[in-house]
Amino acid sequence: MSENYTALYEEHKKLGASFTDFGGWQMPLKYSSELAEHHAVRNAAGLFDLSHMGEVWVTGPQAGAFLDYALVGKLSAIADGKAKYSLICSEDGGIIDDLITYRFGDEKYLVVPNAGNAPTVAAALAERAANFDVTVEDASAATSLVAVQGPKAEAILLKLTDESQHALVTGLKYYAFNEVNVAGHEVILARTGYTGEDGFELFLPNEGASSLWESIAQAGEEFGVVPCGLASRDSLRLEAGMPLYGNELSLERSPFDAGLGPVVALKSKEGDFVGRAALESAKEAGSKRMLVGLKGQGRRAGRGGYPVLKDGNVVGEVTSGQPSPTLGYPVALAYVDVEHAELGTALDVDLRGKAEPFEVVALPFYKRQK
Amino acid sequence: MAKVAAELKYSAEHEWIAADGSGPSVVGVSAVAAEALGDIVYVDLPEVGSTVTAGETCGEIESTKSVSDLYSPVTGEVTEVNDGAISDPAVINNDPYGAGWLFKVTVSEEGPLLSAQEYAEANGGEL
Repeated sequence: MSENYTALYEEHKKLGASFTDFGGWQMPLKYSSELAEHHAVRNAAGLFDLSHMGEVWVTGPQAGAFLDYALVGKLSAIADGKAKYSLICSEDGGIIDDLITYRFGDEKYLVVPNAGNAPTVAAALAERAANFDVTVEDASAATSLVAVQGPKAEAILLKLTDESQHALVTGLKYYAFNEVNVAGHEVILARTGYTGEDGFELFLPNEGASSLWESIAQAGEEFGVVPCGLASRDSLRLEAGMPLYGNELSLERSPFDAGLGPVVALKSKEGDFVGRAALESAKEAGSKRMLVGLKGQGRRAGRGGYPVLKDGNVVGEVTSGQPSPTLGYPVALAYVDVEHAELGTALDVDLRGKAEPFEVVALPFYKRQK
Repeated sequence: MAKVAAELKYSAEHEWIAADGSGPSVVGVSAVAAEALGDIVYVDLPEVGSTVTAGETCGEIESTKSVSDLYSPVTGEVTEVNDGAISDPAVINNDPYGAGWLFKVTVSEEGPLLSAQEYAEANGGEL
């Protein structure tokens, strides 16, 4: 796989980041301590480079109808200026990726897939567009994405926007976006995130990324903003019970197994869409295993791939797990046989040969105080 | 770059041992290893009185991101473990050659050990 670098790579090097490969991209894993970065997002603010994510523009008279066909949700029904979480599935109902779609108008949408899947998603969208009057343009390589997440995120952005635009920031609801000038850059400012905190994601052309990054870091200093790598991003999203493609979501899993049934618009969409027949059957058949949250009773954490046991028999598998920095006990997401998936069920995780007690708990593990 | 303490000897598996010849030797993990592991949140150490064997696992170290086996650099009897590191494993990151030591052992036989210089060269540490 080729090595890709974001427009902010030099910024990360300057900050002394250690890097990791993620979906073919060299991304900061952490800058100092991933625990400190995690806590900064929960208590102040964190600054993330997410430029490895994809950006695919869908424009044209049939943009809404096309997305209704290509994705499992009813994207045509999003209001202008709003975003929606959705999935792109294969014909047989497996998950190709999870993505967020932003609606700018009747004829203009932005689809944001995961880094490693962006080329696949862009290709799938282009292929599915054959019978629609739409243009699918993969702008991933030219677009940067920076996130500011945490309780101080809004204060930082207000400091970087003109007073005349403050209402565009403060008035933004969760999963809504505006086009705003931040520190001299025209950005798409969305109140979205992957951390379980309030926060924003800012899209802009690569050319302005470094300057914007430095402005946010500087303006955020008094609020305690710190640059955050993928290690803290992963622990934050896990606490928030959010699935990660490749761990919880894959071609082998149906949206229903993953607890994402409500995302699949079987009822509200009348027309056909890719994967519809298979998803209807999958819903009808029911799931054998479903995604649950597990809370460790001891101090040792379950990790991806570890077997989940009931009375010594394998009844599931951990997909993500680690000690929760905020909660102080191990948490894990796991696929578990439905008969053992009820809240409160006592299970074990096979931690390298030793069974450690875990309990099925409600998701998310962590919910911020509003 | 992570520091390699010049006065210590090291195993290829990143443990250090302070052998001053009198009394039990002290064992810990190198700063190179601690940094690579990330923030350490759990450590499992051999029991006092148990025998550890050079090159074999005798515990584990868990960070937020991963789990690694702890290998004993020597063969011998464990005389003491660092309860401070068990209750607050962050000390292993913060002071791997001092307060973050792991256990003490009466050495009956050394495993293959590297000098600080050899270890630093092999693992990219800084003397």
